[in-house]
Amino acid sequence: MISFDRVSKRYAQGHDALREISIDIARDELVFLTGHSGAGKSTLLRLIMLMERPSRGQLTVDGRNLATVGPRGVPRHRRDIGVVFQNHQLLFDRPVFDNVALPLIIAGYDYREVGRRVRAALDKVGLLERERAMPVTLSGGEQQRVGIARAVVGKPNILLADEPTGNLDPLLSAEIMQLFEEFNRVGVTVLIASHDLALISRLRHRIITLRDGRLVTGSAL
Amino acid sequence: MSGRREGASQSRAEFRDVYNAWLRHHRLSAADSLFRVLDNPVSSALTWLVIGIALALPVGLNIALDNVGQLSGNWDSPAQISLFLRDGVSVETAGELQSRLEQRDEVAATRFISREQALEEFSALSGFADVLASLEQNPLPNLILLTPAGQYQGGSLASLREELEALPDVAEAVLDMEWLQRLNSLMELTRRGVLAVGGLLVLGVVLILGNTIRLAIESRRDEIVIVKLVGGSNAFVRRPFLYTGLWYGVGGGVFAATLVAISLWFLAGPVGELAELYQSSFQLGGLGVMGALNLVILGGLLGLAGSWLAVARHLAAIEPR
Ligand SMILES: Nc1ncnc2c1ncn2[C@@H]1O[C@H](COP(=O)(O)OP(=O)(O)OP(=O)(O)O)[C@@H](O)[C@H]1O
Ligand SMILES: [Mg+2]
Repeated sequence: MISFDRVSKRYAQGHDALREISIDIARDELVFLTGHSGAGKSTLLRLIMLMERPSRGQLTVDGRNLATVGPRGVPRHRRDIGVVFQNHQLLFDRPVFDNVALPLIIAGYDYREVGRRVRAALDKVGLLERERAMPVTLSGGEQQRVGIARAVVGKPNILLADEPTGNLDPLLSAEIMQLFEEFNRVGVTVLIASHDLALISRLRHRIITLRDGRLVTGSAL
Repeated sequence: MSGRREGASQSRAEFRDVYNAWLRHHRLSAADSLFRVLDNPVSSALTWLVIGIALALPVGLNIALDNVGQLSGNWDSPAQISLFLRDGVSVETAGELQSRLEQRDEVAATRFISREQALEEFSALSGFADVLASLEQNPLPNLILLTPAGQYQGGSLASLREELEALPDVAEAVLDMEWLQRLNSLMELTRRGVLAVGGLLVLGVVLILGNTIRLAIESRRDEIVIVKLVGGSNAFVRRPFLYTGLWYGVGGGVFAATLVAISLWFLAGPVGELAELYQSSFQLGGLGVMGALNLVILGGLLGLAGSWLAVARHLAAIEPR
């Protein structure tokens, strides 16, 4: 589903964030991505959703070589991927409902369908009662869950999450991880970047470890 | 075979979905932009007023010119040449000259006004009767008023005038059209001036709107980034801003039409009185429903142009980092 073939990423300032990374992730997998701060986890996720382009190497997502996706193809590519961002990226002047509905509005669903799906997604993350609340009135953990609801509301084939449990207490973190496992069970490919080694090593999934932009473990099954 | 038909109907359904989604987002953007514009009534009204004034100015001037044109049009019924005869020419000679002139093809009609008649008319009309009566001699010459045949206009009329002036009995031949021609060329000049000023003001409107939209884009930068992150295309991001420009432009057009109507209403009274003084049935022509509609449409188009300018320059530069 996601395949890195000797991918390197050098930022404009000359910093090598990723070096010669080769990874294959299958369609039905849930994979954790870990490593120290600055190891290149976010960079790897950004490459998959085309926020950045690789400096070298080939990256294939859902059978599509990303080098062939031009600027006009980027939005369509992003619509096929749900992303939970490290810094939430919520619209702070819109209520929770509108935030979660955004991907559906972009995809052009009709209003009834939007309402149905948004409520289903909010129900999954336990925020159904807060749909009219503004994001600033929510705790960090609740904001994180709004981000998760938005990522899954469009039923994407691929789900990327960057530190989705960064602001949550252990109990809630475990619940959120269970949620990701549920999505994975219905066929979504899930890739989660996380520091929380204690939590992710308890769950029995592949763990990819990066150090200074190099792959340490977990390149293939 | 059935597979292919299924494929075709599926792609048709898909096209309908895409079309419906497109339409839905247009409606949403239009409504959302309108609410945003109406949410800031004071600053929006100021923008509308600025655009309204900039559009009303050239349109108002143009209407004024149209009215003057109509006024002078009432006069361009047959031109006349006044032949002032030399001092010594008697009434009989004048009569002969008149009948000779009548026979010419270029001449449609003539009328002889003797110096006594002229004096009488002049005293009656001018109110200078006392002054004129105190004069020892009549200062006015004999006069033949000559109406040229219809096809004589412009240049040929001028040469006819010269020809007539060369006649021995004629002291001076005056083409009464001259002032009208001067007025017409003056108006042509003014019209071009208005056109140039109008062009500049229209450019100004586009730039004002472009700047307004640029500020709107800046203030919603974070939102644009997020929309692009979750898969919004450039067209999707652009749409609300184009509608914002459209609403500003349309509002400006409405303001402009209102301003023009108010100014005309303000002028109608004095113009009517003036026309009455000149025993004219002249009435001030206005913008009309079509004119107002055109003004609103023009405003809308300028709004779109301005926002397109801003969007093309500033939106593509906002990419998630
Ligand atoms: N836009 C950028 N321009 C230049 N350098 C960058 C940019 N983004 C990240 N980097 C650098 O690339 C390296 C990897 O960054 P990245 O964000 O991928 O790390 P990370 O593993 O996600 O860290 P963290 O756990 O702190 O989020 C870091 O050294 C960082 O300084
Ligand atoms: Mg990171």
